[in-house]
Amino acid sequence: MQIRTTADDHRIARLAAFAIALHMVEAVIPSPLPGVKPGIANIVTLYVLMQYGFATAAWVSILRVFASSLLLGQFLSPAFALSLSGAVLSLAMLWLAMHLPKRYFGAVTLSILAAFAHIAGQLIMVRLWLIPNAGVAYLIPVFALAALFFGLINGLVTAGLLYNKNLKAETVKSEQAES
Amino acid sequence: MLIGDWITVIVSAVLIGYLFHTLWSHQHAAKVQIRLGNKIYATYSLNQQRTVHVHGPLGDAEIHIAQGKVRFARSPCRNQYCVHQGWLSHTGQVAICLPNQVSLELIGEKKPYDSLNY
Repeated sequence: MQIRTTADDHRIARLAAFAIALHMVEAVIPSPLPGVKPGIANIVTLYVLMQYGFATAAWVSILRVFASSLLLGQFLSPAFALSLSGAVLSLAMLWLAMHLPKRYFGAVTLSILAAFAHIAGQLIMVRLWLIPNAGVAYLIPVFALAALFFGLINGLVTAGLLYNKNLKAETVKSEQAES
Repeated sequence: MLIGDWITVIVSAVLIGYLFHTLWSHQHAAKVQIRLGNKIYATYSLNQQRTVHVHGPLGDAEIHIAQGKVRFARSPCRNQYCVHQGWLSHTGQVAICLPNQVSLELIGEKKPYDSLNY
């Protein structure tokens, strides 16, 4: 049986593969504190969101969570649940944050807000399921600080990527205009 | 970075500072909760001078409460981690003796209501 795929599907698959690769790279980087990770795969989600819209970003993000967990052997494990709850909440946050005026709020804002939503999703999961103890509250400031730091860096990287892309597009346009 | 991005960064930083301040401020505890196995054995006010004996699976653990602080004074366990933890006085601190299944947890003053009106 042949499944008909569209150009959109191909694009989603290509971008998701890229996000998965970044996720794998990150998985081998040791972390000083369990759960504190740069989340560089989110650069892809963010870039896709700003370039192709929310639906594509949601596909890429969710596909990345499922495929990465399969590759790392974490499918349906607590780590997978944390990853998924974080991804879903940060997508929800991105959906809201997208509607901020673009003149003032760029990729950095989206990235930071998504990072906060990501740790919120994870900590809710931890509190409700993994460590049902009020002591989890002590972790909130640490994770929030990490989210701000890595959210800022990821946002700056995304902004840089978009800037380069737009610059290239403009030079191509102007070259075409000249010739 | 756009102006809104700077605002986001600054607001987030302030918020995180506030979180550190509220969640990590060490308040002096008001009560100690002693657990034996998975049950709450007893809850005592810390404003007293008292020695409590708890009979765990290994034997008799001696817990001292002394005006705002509490410690394991003696425990029948082998490695004595709980005793070496010393005095505890801040909300949220815990001393756990796994072999003997006795644990102390310091809790704050619980005030569910400021007042009740009928």
